[in-house]
Amino acid sequence: MDLSYFFELFLGGMTRGSIYALIALGYTMVYGIIKLINFAHGEIYMIGAFTALIISSVLGFTGMNSILILVISGVLAIFFSAAYGATMEKIAYKPLRQAPRLSALISAIGMSMFLQNYVLLAQTPDFLPFPALIPDFKFLKPIEKILSSTQLVILVTTAVVMILLTILIKFTRTGKAMRATSQDAKMAQLLGININRVITITFIIGSATAAIGGVLISSHTGQLNYYIGFIAGIKAFVAAVLGGIGSIPGAVLGSFVLGWTESFGTGYVSSDYEDVFAFIFLLIILIFRPSGILGRSQNDKV
Amino acid sequence: MAPILETKNLTMDFGGLRAVDNINFQVNEGEIVALIGPNGAGKTTFFNCITGVYKPTGGDIYIAPEGEKTERINGLKPNVVTEKGLARTFQNIRLFQNMTVLENVMIGRHCRLSAGLLGAIFRTKATVAEEKKVVDDSYEILEEIGLTDYANEFAKNLPYGAQRRLEIARAMATDPFLLLLDEPAAGMNPQETKELDEMILHIRKNNKISILLIEHDMSLVMSVSEKIFVVDYGKLIAEGTPDEIKKNPEVIKAYLGDETDA
Repeated sequence: MDLSYFFELFLGGMTRGSIYALIALGYTMVYGIIKLINFAHGEIYMIGAFTALIISSVLGFTGMNSILILVISGVLAIFFSAAYGATMEKIAYKPLRQAPRLSALISAIGMSMFLQNYVLLAQTPDFLPFPALIPDFKFLKPIEKILSSTQLVILVTTAVVMILLTILIKFTRTGKAMRATSQDAKMAQLLGININRVITITFIIGSATAAIGGVLISSHTGQLNYYIGFIAGIKAFVAAVLGGIGSIPGAVLGSFVLGWTESFGTGYVSSDYEDVFAFIFLLIILIFRPSGILGRSQNDKV
Repeated sequence: MAPILETKNLTMDFGGLRAVDNINFQVNEGEIVALIGPNGAGKTTFFNCITGVYKPTGGDIYIAPEGEKTERINGLKPNVVTEKGLARTFQNIRLFQNMTVLENVMIGRHCRLSAGLLGAIFRTKATVAEEKKVVDDSYEILEEIGLTDYANEFAKNLPYGAQRRLEIARAMATDPFLLLLDEPAAGMNPQETKELDEMILHIRKNNKISILLIEHDMSLVMSVSEKIFVVDYGKLIAEGTPDEIKKNPEVIKAYLGDETDA
């Protein structure tokens, strides 16, 4: 067996997994707090990528350093996506807080279609090229076949985001309020926690990580259109379910497992069946662990 | 002096069912008041109205914490009611099971803090000092309730009696002027009930908190409370001191049934 090919696939899968993880976090956090599958989440990711494209194109004329452009457009994309996420929650989900869960789900699907078509009309249905903003690092020259600069940036950024998020959830006051709300929202409210604020913060964080994912993957693949959010969103959703929806470590683990499955499947068998591998694997996992890899099984009392 | 909690003609209808019917009720400062009544009499509904879980369909609820003016709290959100100084526990235990005992208490302190998200990210001096104070305060409460040994256990791993005490500790962490306890002795053995009895008296003395409790355990009710309100079918049927209540024929009828029925 060719070892360098194996590592290429391994790191490729890890890169994919990182992107899925950045998106899946938003799904799993929102589900953890309000038990809603936010189907419009993929669109937030797409909007993040579009914002970065527009800003980096404008900044490109100034002849600025490309890394600086990436950082500035990334940060602005985060703010834009976070604003979209928070607004979406206010207009599409908050009025339905007391409604049956299916209503909110339909509202989410509606929001997803709205945002897709809004970008389609405001921008273009065609694929647009995304500038290559990450330069080739010299020190990666010897192993560039296995690990590209973009991949390295994706892996490092994801790791940093995960660490920051863990600190936020585990140690800060906001994080405690989020955990309390996800365990028992009514009780959290009775202890003086403003759950509307917690929900807004959750949407903001989820949207921000999705935007980071959007910017990174676009500079990796070099192109984007209004439809990228749908496919990435579905994959990330699968990853979140695979890991156990509602669980943050689960979402990350599920994403890496999904990334590797796709990467090794396409690398060793056939690239025609990329999505098939992902879903076969999902089926197998769900047959043996219906609540996901790290999900808690719910035993109803009889 | 105005009572710290007062309801006037408080009414709660669920469709055609009147669960709370024109209840006039007062708690004065420093009192331990009990609300008793047969199952389904509307006691918990009454609590839910006061704490903002339900919006009452009629009547008014006023609070007047020491040194502050009277305020109407009908229909405020539960978190706002808590901020105003009413804290409660539940009949069935509702702890954050997957958090430690210390974290459960710290969550209760949440609403008394001012540091925002930015402070938490940049770890400003004020935030660090505030967090340290929260931990210290929480330990102090655990000490008082006798849970210090369990501080870093997950709430779900605690024995039943300790879980009940933790609920009270968590409610106390919100720094209330009135503590509402919904059946604190439910499921406890006589020894634990006796300890609870002492704890309630201790909390009042040490923290200057008034206490309103719903309870079925008559030994507890009669020994700790100064004033008892009795409800049946949503109506207030009697109020008075424990001795008065024991002799009240209406109360005996509500609990044991009418003799002529037999």
